[in-house]
Amino acid sequence: MSETGIGAAVKRTEDQRFLTGAGNFVDDINLRGQSYASFVRSPHAHAKIKGINTSAAAAMPGVLAVLTGEELVADGIGPLICGWNIAGKHGVEAHNSPPHHALAVGKVNYVGDHVAVVIADTKAEADDGAEAVEVDYEVLTAVVDTATAQDNTIQIHDEAPANLCYDWEIGDAEATDAAFADAAHVTTIEVINNRLIPNAVEPRACLAEFNKGTGDWTLYVTSQNPHLHRLVISAFNQVAPEHKLRVIAPDVGGGFGSKIFIYAEEVVCTWATRKIGRPIKWTAQRSESFLSDAHGRDHVSKAELALDADGKFLGLRVNTKANLGAYLSTFATAVPTYLYATLLAGNYTTPAIYCDVQGVFTNTAPVDALRGAGRPEATYLLERAVETAARELKIDPAELRRRNYIQPDAFPYQTPVVHQYDIGDYGASLDKACEMADVAGFDARRKESEANGKRRGLGYSSYIEACGIAPSAAVGALGGGVGLYESADIRFNATGNVTVMTGTHSQGQSHQTTFAQVVSEQLGVPMENIEVVEGDTDKGPFGMGTYGSRSLVVGGSAIVKAADKIVAKGKIIAAHSLEAAEEDIEFADGIFTVKNTNKSLTIGEVAFTAYVPHNYPEGLEPGLHEQAFYDPVNFSFPAGVHICEVEVDPATGETDIVRYTAVDDFGTIINPMIVEGQIHGGIGQGVGQAMLEAAKYDENGQLVTGSYMDYTMPRADDLPSFDVGTTSTPSPLNPLGAKGCGEAGAIAAPPAVINAITDACGVAHIEMPATPEKVWQACQAAE
Amino acid sequence: MPTISMTVNGNAVSADVDVRTLLVHFIRDNIGLTGTHVGCDTSQCGACVVHVGGKSVKSCTMLAVQAEGADVATIEGLASGDEMHPMQAAFKEHHGLQCGFCTPGMVMSAIDLVNNNPGADEATIREQLDGNICRCTGYHNIVKAIQDGASRMGG
Repeated sequence: MSETGIGAAVKRTEDQRFLTGAGNFVDDINLRGQSYASFVRSPHAHAKIKGINTSAAAAMPGVLAVLTGEELVADGIGPLICGWNIAGKHGVEAHNSPPHHALAVGKVNYVGDHVAVVIADTKAEADDGAEAVEVDYEVLTAVVDTATAQDNTIQIHDEAPANLCYDWEIGDAEATDAAFADAAHVTTIEVINNRLIPNAVEPRACLAEFNKGTGDWTLYVTSQNPHLHRLVISAFNQVAPEHKLRVIAPDVGGGFGSKIFIYAEEVVCTWATRKIGRPIKWTAQRSESFLSDAHGRDHVSKAELALDADGKFLGLRVNTKANLGAYLSTFATAVPTYLYATLLAGNYTTPAIYCDVQGVFTNTAPVDALRGAGRPEATYLLERAVETAARELKIDPAELRRRNYIQPDAFPYQTPVVHQYDIGDYGASLDKACEMADVAGFDARRKESEANGKRRGLGYSSYIEACGIAPSAAVGALGGGVGLYESADIRFNATGNVTVMTGTHSQGQSHQTTFAQVVSEQLGVPMENIEVVEGDTDKGPFGMGTYGSRSLVVGGSAIVKAADKIVAKGKIIAAHSLEAAEEDIEFADGIFTVKNTNKSLTIGEVAFTAYVPHNYPEGLEPGLHEQAFYDPVNFSFPAGVHICEVEVDPATGETDIVRYTAVDDFGTIINPMIVEGQIHGGIGQGVGQAMLEAAKYDENGQLVTGSYMDYTMPRADDLPSFDVGTTSTPSPLNPLGAKGCGEAGAIAAPPAVINAITDACGVAHIEMPATPEKVWQACQAAE
Repeated sequence: MPTISMTVNGNAVSADVDVRTLLVHFIRDNIGLTGTHVGCDTSQCGACVVHVGGKSVKSCTMLAVQAEGADVATIEGLASGDEMHPMQAAFKEHHGLQCGFCTPGMVMSAIDLVNNNPGADEATIREQLDGNICRCTGYHNIVKAIQDGASRMGG
């Protein structure tokens, strides 16, 4: 291993700019003549718009324009889209898809819904203008509750009877029923997966400009996938043709899924900039982020697990009601279906699984992918069921898991719910986690806690996720409207340094460092001579962006493919220069050598020759610049075991995580320092979901957790330090053997924490977030 | 519009501002130092922390006019030429940042934290860091960085 190659804990090249205040986020960019947008948002969850009076606002100082949905539709701007069709039960071919205009037309459907935009010379003038827009609402009763939305007599959309988006199923119902008929024991649980608000610390922002001279638009936007933004804004919103729209996502301050989606503000500003003839900037205030960023999770589920007398899982039956919010966000429909129920086999050999999901509309903010996206919901449900079964059957929870694990020699393993797992060794992760967590010493620690009037609990979470999203043909067959390949472009300059471009985009994942390490390893070029460029549709090739732990697995593989092409061409050039046969040229560590000789050329010399081709192979194109697209053959399947140990004070309900151990199998790891950081952050969000965070609407659809004063973000003193270890079964299905690591912590942590807290309290269940009040109540109930 | 003057990172600056201008907007929009960030509207996240008279201040919670005549330091003023401040160096060494958005406020808070608590242990650091939100790191490496930064600052 070289000092900067694959496996090296290289310090990040990103850090210099971020640590010195030289980062370049959207709100840091200012254009000459820039104006500011402020959105008029609905204060009601559900209301008809009887009229909008913009005249007072239009007369305010500095106001340039006040625009509503009427103008938007008149200009032919298409609605926001959802890009994944879900076919339902009984041959229903398409989900119900109500129109979602970027500015409301006739009706508002959640608090924060976009009613009008005011554009002014300054931000303060735009905000003042927005205050002066008069909207006449006829308030309607709101539908808020996930579990009962279908039964509500109020229907939100004409296109969605019973507020149903889809009624979808997966698995074999008959085989599952048969498994239950044979069961010695059935464990039944009912769980809520609490609704979350993503809260990347950088608020969403955009800055749109239209150039009258060229007829080109430029959109700077907080995006995880600038090419996808360009595609959707062009093809569906029809604001600007794709070749005339440049989308730039500069540094992005966290995303966690929330910056995948194409939002109303971005479409409106891109449309309006041409209308008013000036650049328009919009930056969300945090309160707007709470109201209008796509939220996550929000499932209400019932699960039944059938076991035989030995504790072997025979069948799993699940029903889930999933809240999709007021409108369908960009990938909303896929999250509670193909990203959720396809993971219900977990690490286990459960032979029969059936799950049906009702996706419902409510008068709440749209719900879409959030770190883990469906997989945290699946893992929470499954690992709560397994833990509950272990307690009911009085089998050690680790032993019950071990008994049901898919064995290392069983791969590739076809689950009953679509996925074929490529490789894994779940027992190895469990063994290592138990050792690191000193599970053997737990009983003694528990006694010590009890002697101090405290209660101690241990909780396991054994998880699997489907990452490296995703093979295009499979995605298409399941209803996805896009391909999910990734692209890479490697350009040697004549002086021997390298520019690498990909279609992914870091929001903190450290691509600049990781991808440079991959290229350094493949091509033998020092890292300092490699520039990684992402986030600009005018620079890099078309790519699908960063989410679903896909950037290294899919984007990194594309980089490897492009590097292979560079080496192949380099060999032709080297063979000519060294007067040898092409098949006699070997390449290693950046040097082309004639086999069994000391005749060689560095890759830099080959690059120079390619750009100054005086003595050059006949018929070969000059230049050393290659591009590759990589479409994965399967998902990747990171897996692992997390163990949480808590101490609860029954007098106050206060819970202390005294030990948190994570052992994850991510296959090949490029930079262990960066991977550990991803795990830490994921666990932080998972602990947040388990103990602190909940997006709450009241019965009128008002968001009562709409600020950092009300929504409990994990802070430094809420979290412990984490013990992180790895096992490794490299994926045989991609050239790097990588699996993806960005979401694992958020997936694994919630059940580990809740299993630990319920163990400590001696109760069957506590709903997330397990606040001190709930934990105190549980302790009281257990006594 | 009043004219206000202050020292920012050792440079005398002056601008005419609307009286409602917050210090953070003065720094970002009038002075053009965009390293100081705005992450919330309730003085909770700490992305906007700067030093005013050597003490950490959430610059979204102070009017620019209140800083008239003050000595203000921002993230841009920490390094000496190419040499990072010891706390900046510690954050890099321990991977104490991911997306980098909360980082300037985090580093400015960390320096004041260490100035006030030179020998702070992990629990104290976690408690004192309560006013800065990071969504990326789970704080694990930030805490390590501050511990190391503290010893580097102590010489």
